[in-house]
Amino acid sequence: MPGISSLRRQSIDLPLLVIALLLTGFGIAMVFSAGQIDSPTPIIENAWKRQLGWFGAALMATWVISRGSVRFIEWSAWPLYALSCALLVLVLFVGTGAGTAASVKGWLTIGGVRIGQPAELAKLATTLMLARVLAAQRESVRSLVDLWRPLLVVGVPWLLVMAQPDLGTGIVFIGICFAMLFWAGVPWPLLLLLASPGISLVLAFSTGVWGAWFLVLVALVLWYRPYLLEGIAIVLMNVIMGGVAPILWDKLKPYQQKRLLVFLDPSVDPQASGYHVTQSKVAIGSGGLFGNGFTLGSQKRLKFLPERHTDFIFSVVGEELGFIGVSIALSLFLALFLRTTRVASRANDAFPSLVAFGLVSAWFVHVMVNVGMTLNLMPVTGIPLPFFSYGGSFLLVSWTAVAVLLRISAEGRGQPDAIGL
Amino acid sequence: MSYHPNAILRRARLARVLLFASFTVLGGAFFRAQVLQNAEYVVQSENNRLREVPLPGARGTIYDRHGEVIAENLPGYSVSILSPTEDSLRSALTTLSKVVQIEPAQQELAVRRFRRARTRPAVIFNDASFQVVSVLEERRVEFPGLIIQSSPKRYYPDGAAMAALIGYTGEISEDDLSKPKYESYKAGQQVGKTGLELQYEAQLRGKEGRRFVEVDARNRVVRDADVRAEEQPVAPPPLRTNIDLDLQRFAHEYFGDSLRGAVVALDPKTGGVLSLYSAPSYDINKFIGGVSSSFYESLRVDPHRPLVNRALTGTYAPASTWKLATAIIGMELGLVTMDTHMQTPCTGGYYYFRVFKCWDKRGHGDVTLAQAIAKSCDVYFYQLGLKIGLTRLLAGGVSLGFRDSTGVDLPNERTPRWPESTAYFDKRYGARGWNRSVVLSLAIGQADNAQTPLSMARFYAAMATDGMAPTPQVVVRDPERKQILNLDKAQLASVQLALADVVSRGTAAGAQIQGLTIAGKTGTAQVNGQLDNAWFVGYAPANDPKIVLAIIIEEGLHGSTAARAATKMMERYLKARLTMTAIVND
Repeated sequence: MPGISSLRRQSIDLPLLVIALLLTGFGIAMVFSAGQIDSPTPIIENAWKRQLGWFGAALMATWVISRGSVRFIEWSAWPLYALSCALLVLVLFVGTGAGTAASVKGWLTIGGVRIGQPAELAKLATTLMLARVLAAQRESVRSLVDLWRPLLVVGVPWLLVMAQPDLGTGIVFIGICFAMLFWAGVPWPLLLLLASPGISLVLAFSTGVWGAWFLVLVALVLWYRPYLLEGIAIVLMNVIMGGVAPILWDKLKPYQQKRLLVFLDPSVDPQASGYHVTQSKVAIGSGGLFGNGFTLGSQKRLKFLPERHTDFIFSVVGEELGFIGVSIALSLFLALFLRTTRVASRANDAFPSLVAFGLVSAWFVHVMVNVGMTLNLMPVTGIPLPFFSYGGSFLLVSWTAVAVLLRISAEGRGQPDAIGL
Repeated sequence: MSYHPNAILRRARLARVLLFASFTVLGGAFFRAQVLQNAEYVVQSENNRLREVPLPGARGTIYDRHGEVIAENLPGYSVSILSPTEDSLRSALTTLSKVVQIEPAQQELAVRRFRRARTRPAVIFNDASFQVVSVLEERRVEFPGLIIQSSPKRYYPDGAAMAALIGYTGEISEDDLSKPKYESYKAGQQVGKTGLELQYEAQLRGKEGRRFVEVDARNRVVRDADVRAEEQPVAPPPLRTNIDLDLQRFAHEYFGDSLRGAVVALDPKTGGVLSLYSAPSYDINKFIGGVSSSFYESLRVDPHRPLVNRALTGTYAPASTWKLATAIIGMELGLVTMDTHMQTPCTGGYYYFRVFKCWDKRGHGDVTLAQAIAKSCDVYFYQLGLKIGLTRLLAGGVSLGFRDSTGVDLPNERTPRWPESTAYFDKRYGARGWNRSVVLSLAIGQADNAQTPLSMARFYAAMATDGMAPTPQVVVRDPERKQILNLDKAQLASVQLALADVVSRGTAAGAQIQGLTIAGKTGTAQVNGQLDNAWFVGYAPANDPKIVLAIIIEEGLHGSTAARAATKMMERYLKARLTMTAIVND
């Protein structure tokens, strides 16, 4: 019945749209609350109005994009990718900092007005580009060498972002990369081997743990039996990473070192670097089950909570709406991710499927790192919370992602039984 | 790569498991922080935003025996400031000093107070003038964290007469703060420094109240009312004393600016301290809110030493006032009665190793003990001393309590000096450095005998009553009395009669007052390098003692000077009492 089929293609994934709308509404309400403090500044007090304006723009972009086709999105991957890489290079020379990441050159500023963060665009563009490359690669992957193309696609923007240096966004790129490789069907031992140098780098700070990990790695190599040279190279990489970790540590900027140390123990520096996390935990913890009431959080009102409308906006949720509010927000995010995963699994082709899963993984990393940071489960890396944190370009990119997902969903398959399950 | 729908669905299932797992962990972390550890974080959040501002408690009122106010509290203002760090406190002080005058020493003091208790507002002015308060109040918005509040201020209506008795209050010192006695005190609080204020600190101290202000992350006071329920300060119950404020004032007037000395008046039956005065005195109100260094320095360098409390810590040779002790020791040993004559009549001197002179060169002739007391005949007492012997005289003095402090409820009482045994002389002058003739000097209240006016008053209180010495008590409580005289009733009566004769016929005859029988003894003590000190210790009325009074006037030349002063004071007290009774009877 082509009539029904074509109707479905034009239909909108209503649950996805509703969840995204609810999250954005919740988010703007929190930006409004973040501006309600005892000695308010007009810029922050009116931030919610600007966020609302950006949301209007985002909705229009969403409408336009969702009218287009997946083919067009696929076609646009290359130019978008090229543009964002170029902007990332540019920003290294003319970028400015902001917020908790004041020393990071992440913002493109023209005439003193911050236009946006190219890294936000790069996340989207890299996802599209990676999806294109992976979708085109139909033969099965047996070796890491076979992955040179996707790794190059992620590697270039990742290096540019790390050069800013924006550790948080770097983590998002790595998350996107591994998630999409997984979605493309790269065997898990290969993913583990790929990740092993990074794991070595992290574990190198404890010789014992690193030793144990190294034994596991050797066992994995012997069992999975990659190409001899590749196996040797990976083991060697791990040894080198274990060795250079202390040197790399010395090369980190003092504030980066401090952030990592503070993550391990916020009390090492409660007044400065640990201050954000400590105050955030106090705000969230004092919220209790029901919270202190919308706009009434004292930690926020009295400015003990830093970066209230941006990086630490979730702490405002915790303080004012309590565990109930936090649960609602987290449930909405979980619902968004489950719905998006569904969109990915029902896409009618490899490219849209990979794009959808790439987008969900990017959001997922954002939420985990940002929300985790407010309770010191993650280091303070200064990445925003999608739909919540104040920031126009980020909201625009998030809704562009929603638009892409709506398009993919519209072109996707119907019921799972349609493909015989 | 495989994009078969089955493979994709398998991966989607795995992804969903990972999603659920991650969100469960995250939700669990929030549950732990918000529900399980909620109380802990609420406390931290309150600590963040609330600052405790102490509300100073008023000290207890002190009343005299008639309910007249000795010490009370007046409304005053204190100025303090909340600061997050020492640096910000210093910069705030610098800014403030452009508006009101804050001496560098005051600024340092504020910083030291801050270091002692960082979360409390550091006190800048304990007792700010109305002018300072109004200037600061006007420009309050410029100084975040500035706290101006009423703070009761100690006031002594008769401050100039009260220095020896009441002492004064002041901010607790850093030394005191580290003592266990003051562990409940905080820097900047007021504490009794000397006198009654120190002695009864525990009873006089008010319970500090507290209120809370809300501060923001920069320690600026955002709200200072209705943040949390206030705890009002609690004033302690008043302290009732035995003091007769009128007598105390009278003593102050009598000594005036020219006389130096001290007077102690007790109720002989209860030991209640009616008056305790040391001259020269000074106005203790000037110590409230921090004594100015120039005023304190002027007291410190004053050659008349007003800071010395002569009534409590001034030890003087008791001179002839002590002859009664010699007489009583002799009577207790059964050596003499009031009618006993001595071997050698007084011819103005007595030879024992060397000539010991009588104060009256003309001599007193052959006298009885009663007459010797009345005329204060030295020669008689030289012989009585020899009769008693040094060892027994020393032991007698000890049992009469001349080595003991009186136990008055005032701090820093000086213990009087009286040799315990002859070993004292060996130690002090060397075994060959003295001879037994010292007993002659001791018998007339000279040599190694130094008594405070208080200890002499206590001894005479025993003679005035039934031989029991009362413990002097400033604050009203149960009397404590101790038997020190071992005389029968007849002996005691004869002593009292002899004492009455001193005023009616003897050395204090010039001081007698119509209608009032006064008993007592003069003393004229020689002091190296200055004029003689004048003593009088006595009681009145002689037949039913209501007041025992010891007075010393430094360089007063002769005991009769002191006797005149003493009788005037006793008269004042007793007449006022009569009037008072009359009014009550109306």
